[in-house]
Amino acid sequence: MALATFKGGIHPPDKKELAKDRPISEAKPPQRVVIPLSQHLGAPCKPIVTIGQEVKKGEMIGEPGGFVSAPVHSSVSGKVIAIGEFPNAMGRMVNSIVIENNGKEEWAALKDNPDYMKLSPEELKEKIKAAGIVGMGGAAFPTSVKLSPPKEKPIDTVIINGAECEPYLTADYRLMVEKPNEVIEGLKILMKVLGVNKGFVGIENNKPDAIEKMKAAAKNEPGIEVCALEVKYPQGAEKMLIKATTGREVPPRALPMDVRVVVQNVGTALAVYEAARYGKPLIERVVTVTGEGINSPANLVVKIGTMISELIEQSGGFKGGAGKVISGGPMMGFALSSLDVAVTKGTSGVLVIPEEGVVHAGDFGPCIRCGRCIDICAMGLIPSMLSILSEKGFYEEAKEYNLFDCFECGSCAFVCPSKRPIVQLVRLAKSQTKP
Amino acid sequence: MAEIKKEHELIVTVSPHIKSEESTSRIMWSVNIALLPAAVMGAYFFGPRAVLAIALCIISALLSEYIYQKALNKKVSINDGSAFLTGLLLGMNLPASVPFYIPVVGSFVAVIITKQLFGGLGYNVFNPALIGRAFLLISFPKLMTIWTKPEAAFVQFDAKTTATPLGILKEEGLSKLIEVFGDKMNLYMELLKGHRAGSIGETSAIALIIGAAFLFYRGYITWHIPVSFLGTAAVMAWIFGAKGALFAGDPVIHLLSGGMLLGAFFMATDYVTCPSVKKGQILFGIGCGFLTMLIRLKGGFPEGVMFAILIMNCFAPLIDRGFKSKVFGALKETKAKEIKK
Repeated sequence: MALATFKGGIHPPDKKELAKDRPISEAKPPQRVVIPLSQHLGAPCKPIVTIGQEVKKGEMIGEPGGFVSAPVHSSVSGKVIAIGEFPNAMGRMVNSIVIENNGKEEWAALKDNPDYMKLSPEELKEKIKAAGIVGMGGAAFPTSVKLSPPKEKPIDTVIINGAECEPYLTADYRLMVEKPNEVIEGLKILMKVLGVNKGFVGIENNKPDAIEKMKAAAKNEPGIEVCALEVKYPQGAEKMLIKATTGREVPPRALPMDVRVVVQNVGTALAVYEAARYGKPLIERVVTVTGEGINSPANLVVKIGTMISELIEQSGGFKGGAGKVISGGPMMGFALSSLDVAVTKGTSGVLVIPEEGVVHAGDFGPCIRCGRCIDICAMGLIPSMLSILSEKGFYEEAKEYNLFDCFECGSCAFVCPSKRPIVQLVRLAKSQTKP
Repeated sequence: MAEIKKEHELIVTVSPHIKSEESTSRIMWSVNIALLPAAVMGAYFFGPRAVLAIALCIISALLSEYIYQKALNKKVSINDGSAFLTGLLLGMNLPASVPFYIPVVGSFVAVIITKQLFGGLGYNVFNPALIGRAFLLISFPKLMTIWTKPEAAFVQFDAKTTATPLGILKEEGLSKLIEVFGDKMNLYMELLKGHRAGSIGETSAIALIIGAAFLFYRGYITWHIPVSFLGTAAVMAWIFGAKGALFAGDPVIHLLSGGMLLGAFFMATDYVTCPSVKKGQILFGIGCGFLTMLIRLKGGFPEGVMFAILIMNCFAPLIDRGFKSKVFGALKETKAKEIKK
């Protein structure tokens, strides 16, 4: 049977073997955490603690600053020692709360719900919202907002994104292998909140054991289908995943809810389960620390606010000279300028590329119009023209080539034989004009 | 774009952080290698003059690019294989008998006027080697149509001249052509081997097909242009190829003679001057095939590949606009609405 997929796409070396057999383990508790008040798309949180205040693990320390926002909680028990601006992974200064860990791991009172499936959709949604859950695949969009579609946009399908199409990353894979039942429970909760009967789990076919485990976990759930997907980047992009699993195409500039679908990441589904079952807020997540430049790759459960430098140290440090350290995967992650930045809810991986493996950006040639980028563009764009127009400063004209439909997956820049920085040029054009 | 190196000596660039191994120069040099079998066959049939003509073309193409880029203070890019390819293609498109200034003039026109003055690699509208050849054909029509007999292998410097199969076909008809080669089977065999008069690198069909197979295997060319080009030409040759009767022409002779294979596999497929969108490439190929046969059957020249490709080059940007792919989801908007209902 042909595997479900979409048109276009690329086959970068997947490099999952580095970390895929490392079971999830707890990272060493940090001495202190720096918890940014803006880890999600939307309004930053307002701090509700003061310097010197003692906080418990799981206690809310920042309240949502708007509808599109999510609260943040302390990931350790200890004392607030600073509130101020700290650099985040993208180099921006973000208001953050620094908490010194007293090592006691004292939890705030959590409400246990063994009968969570008996809660009403509204109650479940409230729990998800209170737990500060956001999309954990990278974009960090507040989950409760996704679960509150306007009335005129009915939803009939929930898809769990287990594609993990970014090379190197294995966090979602490990979760599916180690906690398949919890992930399926999370999906069931999401389906209940949205009042739908159809759930999909989309998993790339290079993770047969994950597919098997998830299928076993879902075997008594007639509404849930585990779907093997062709191994192809960007299979995990929302629009491509929806196309592959349901056959529906999200129109340009529209959202998944416009085709009656909500997509959530594997890690998010687990967080949803833990919030509903144990009342546990999102204060830790699985991070894959991997790459040819790290001594012992690992999949670590990391407390939000832990410094990336500590994860690297715990993973045996750099192997040789580190050329690039990337937060996220190699296709869409961003290169860090400093290792003293905190893990946030959206940090799926830390990838270390050794100096000799770095692809340098300096030398790129003219577009030779080979058309490779056009053939592989999952969105059906003409990346070559976008890059040429942007390079020459024709930003308005780039809009005729659907500039704003590009979601910057990087496939075009990957295949370009002239090594053109197409994503960078697209971003430049986007910043110089309005949709 | 600039890289920023900060503390810990970390390199910061925009994603993606991995790239494929493919490079422009690897593609260009691969095409050069793919042309080698046909060039070697040309050297075998047409002797040392052929080798000299090709060598002169390559050297003067490289020199033209080097001098232009030095003079304008640009980065010298002769290592990328593209000027070499232009020189090689031009050489393979010349008769072996040309005097030695012809390659120099042709390469100058190809590299400087056709390519560099339009902005260099990636920005030329026309195939440089073909403009070089067209310029030579129009400026030196006599010299460019003296065809030596393909028997000069490694011995004679001044060979006897003869007519090309397409020339004979045009002037004296099919029966004469078959008579010259003995019988029809022999004609096909000689065309396959390349044992016939013509431009240095165009004659050996077998060698060209081997080279093209290599490019297909490496994924550097796709079927779209060659199949639509050759398919259209074959159909036209079959329908209109015979005098006085429809559907009686011989497509094989047309496909194997002249510059048809060299053009369809190696020149119409030039990335820069053909459409980038695959569907558009099919239209481009059909246009090339149609115009080639129109010129061969009705025009003043016995051969039309060069002009056909050059004319279609003009349309390439327009074709790309017309066949601009649909954005993901765009076509399905009505369907999406249905789903919503």
